[in-house]
Amino acid sequence: MQVNENSKEFKPLIVAFCCNWCSYAGADLAGTSRLSYPADVKIIRVPCSCRVNPMFILKAFEKGADGVIMCGCHPGDCHYTTGNYYARRRMTLLFSMLDYLGVDKERVRVEWVSAAEGQRFAMVMNDFAKKITELGENVKLGDIRCKK
Amino acid sequence: MQRIGVFVCWCGSNIAATVDVDRVVEAVKTDPNVVHAENYQYMCSEAGQKLIRDAITEHQLTGIVVCSCSPRMHEQTFRKTAEAAGLNQYMVEIANIREQCSWIHKDKDEGTEKAIILARAAIAKVCLNAPLQPGQSKVVKRALIIGGGIAGIQSAIDIADAGYKVDIVERTPTIGGKMAQLDKTFPTLDCASCIVTPKMVECAQHPNITIYAYSEVEEVKGFVGNFNVKIRKKARYVDETKCTGCAVCTEKCPSRKGRNEFNCGLDTRGAVYIPFAQAIPNVATIDATNCLHFKTGKCGICAKNCSANAIDFEQKDEIFEEQYGAIVVATGYQISDVTKFDEYQYTKHPDVVTSLELERLMNAAGPSKGVLVKPSDGKHPHDIVFIQCVGSRDISGRGKCYCSKICCMYTAKHAMLIREKYPDVNVHVFYIDVRTPGKNFDEFYRRAVEQYNVDYIKGMVGKVYENEKGGLTVQAVDLISNERVMLDTDMVVLAAAIEPSDGVKHIASMLTASIDTNNFLTEAHPKLRPVESPTAGVFLSGVCQGPKDIPETVSQAGAAAVKVVGLLAKDYLVTNPCTAHTDETMCNGCSSCERVCPYGAISYIDKEVMDKGVREVRRIAQVNGALCQGCGACTVACPSGAMDLKGFSNKQIMAEVDAICK
Repeated sequence: MQVNENSKEFKPLIVAFCCNWCSYAGADLAGTSRLSYPADVKIIRVPCSCRVNPMFILKAFEKGADGVIMCGCHPGDCHYTTGNYYARRRMTLLFSMLDYLGVDKERVRVEWVSAAEGQRFAMVMNDFAKKITELGENVKLGDIRCKK
Repeated sequence: MQRIGVFVCWCGSNIAATVDVDRVVEAVKTDPNVVHAENYQYMCSEAGQKLIRDAITEHQLTGIVVCSCSPRMHEQTFRKTAEAAGLNQYMVEIANIREQCSWIHKDKDEGTEKAIILARAAIAKVCLNAPLQPGQSKVVKRALIIGGGIAGIQSAIDIADAGYKVDIVERTPTIGGKMAQLDKTFPTLDCASCIVTPKMVECAQHPNITIYAYSEVEEVKGFVGNFNVKIRKKARYVDETKCTGCAVCTEKCPSRKGRNEFNCGLDTRGAVYIPFAQAIPNVATIDATNCLHFKTGKCGICAKNCSANAIDFEQKDEIFEEQYGAIVVATGYQISDVTKFDEYQYTKHPDVVTSLELERLMNAAGPSKGVLVKPSDGKHPHDIVFIQCVGSRDISGRGKCYCSKICCMYTAKHAMLIREKYPDVNVHVFYIDVRTPGKNFDEFYRRAVEQYNVDYIKGMVGKVYENEKGGLTVQAVDLISNERVMLDTDMVVLAAAIEPSDGVKHIASMLTASIDTNNFLTEAHPKLRPVESPTAGVFLSGVCQGPKDIPETVSQAGAAAVKVVGLLAKDYLVTNPCTAHTDETMCNGCSSCERVCPYGAISYIDKEVMDKGVREVRRIAQVNGALCQGCGACTVACPSGAMDLKGFSNKQIMAEVDAICK
């Protein structure tokens, strides 16, 4: 099997928005259980997935993120009752917009992770990081003025 | 320019082993806003906190970043530290470099790089923090208990004894729960009814306790200290205030086809019934699906025989609202479905029973008046086989992956009781492991083996089938002698897994309390906050949180009660100041935010606004800080960007994104 030198070196930059009540706690549980996932994933805590403005995600891409993942409570389990439903709809719209802009839809992902699912959190992050590494550097949307 | 202090914790070696703390300090010092940075072995210790306090005063810090464990762990600690040094507690940010960095990464370089980035994000955020003042909300001094089993009863009594009003909502016609159905309890073999019924009576007579039996929680709104709960009181078709519990109607009822739930369906009851003699409240209930009056419009024998005139066929479900400061979930358990394990013939042969059914068969108030008989022909059995872990510790997906915890002990109890009362009956127990941790538990199990000669065989049963003599044959493998075992027996008892009651999912979603993959309610912290749900004001009591026996349930119920009392003892609660607010000059009163708010916290007023030198009256959104819980749904819904969230503002999150993507 041939290993592409570039892809081997490539370290993606991944921003993860996690809701305080489920996913952030799930990330903590992954940590407490010592379940590793790539250090490329950097978590931003938000009170609820519905606090994530699609603009934040576009901003991350503009600044050079290669992938953005948003995690919330499972549908029906939102701490604020309905927040993740709003988040889900907004993300669906964002997906179609990204599609229009020519950004690979797989660079953005929405996942539901509960506070009890440390294992799932690590699994989701490993999987997403693997996918983004495969996709390589994000060239669309990136503002060259903010080049790393 | 801000004056930020950064404090990097080693957490012993928890952080320091994978993150080069010195390098983190050096790296953050390059940030123009950082005027002070240092690291220390344990920031959360008194010495560590003093370090922070001193630095705040010495360097006149305007904000601090603590790079340590999760904010879920010590955010409060460091906020108090800041407050003590005269810095507003909301000028503190935590960079989680333990759970989300050092504990999951092995490479020190990688860990250090990530820690630096997380610290920078926190610095960027704290620079934009604003000092906030927490508000106050009143606490309603009344508690709601959902579920009237031993867990709910104990919590209710403990809270009521502390002087607070308690309401118990129980969905069946009587409180008492599963414990009332049991015959004896391990390891003391005292009669279950004799210890639970006095507690039930105590509940009924307690001036601070109100029991709403045959009722269900319909809707829960509000938040800690201020829950607004709708309760549905289901129609019993009997006036509770008039019924004396004389039970004449239950004897006269001509419809005898109702499944007797209290006896696990081993016999039938009338359409009008009292679950058992010591039921609380001791009033009859009409089960409309079996009642001839509701089916045919005729009959009415119960009404004719009722001297108290209590029968009321016109009764309707009643919904009422009540305010509570705290809610205890004590919904208990049910026996899991054993029909999935039909190699044991449960659905096909009446002499294959679950342990709870055996419990009723052995109970003096049970269908056989406490005489152990085979359900098929009413004859005395000579040989009984117990099968353990039916549906527990199952990884095939048919059953539950967990250990149901109580089965080993109650099976030893059953075996012992049978051998004691009927020495002619042979008892065999097939087990995977015998688990007896608990005070006097192993001694109890050994007594079953040594004193009562119960035949314990290590090995799972492959199948059970009816033999030509009409009895049952059990086919298994003895794992110790490694031989196949074929046993002819008269009865098979399945120690079925226990699972949370089927309504618990609905209740959890009403309370926005989280549940795990097995539908058990999750606790706020598995070790340190075992009786609290992560949702503030919701507490857990009994098996709804995980399998446990009676003593454990009672102690947990007491613990939950203490937490409730601690909450109700406060007159006011400090509210989270991280709420939404409107920029009056940008709001155009479109109502987008109002529509997405789950708490009804947003209203509109006409207000005179000064914008770009023009004074005019505009319709603008107003957030009620007491109702707003700070989810932020409105901030994203707002088309003009007028709505923002304190503590998690657009600018703050954008700054974090910027810092991470630098």
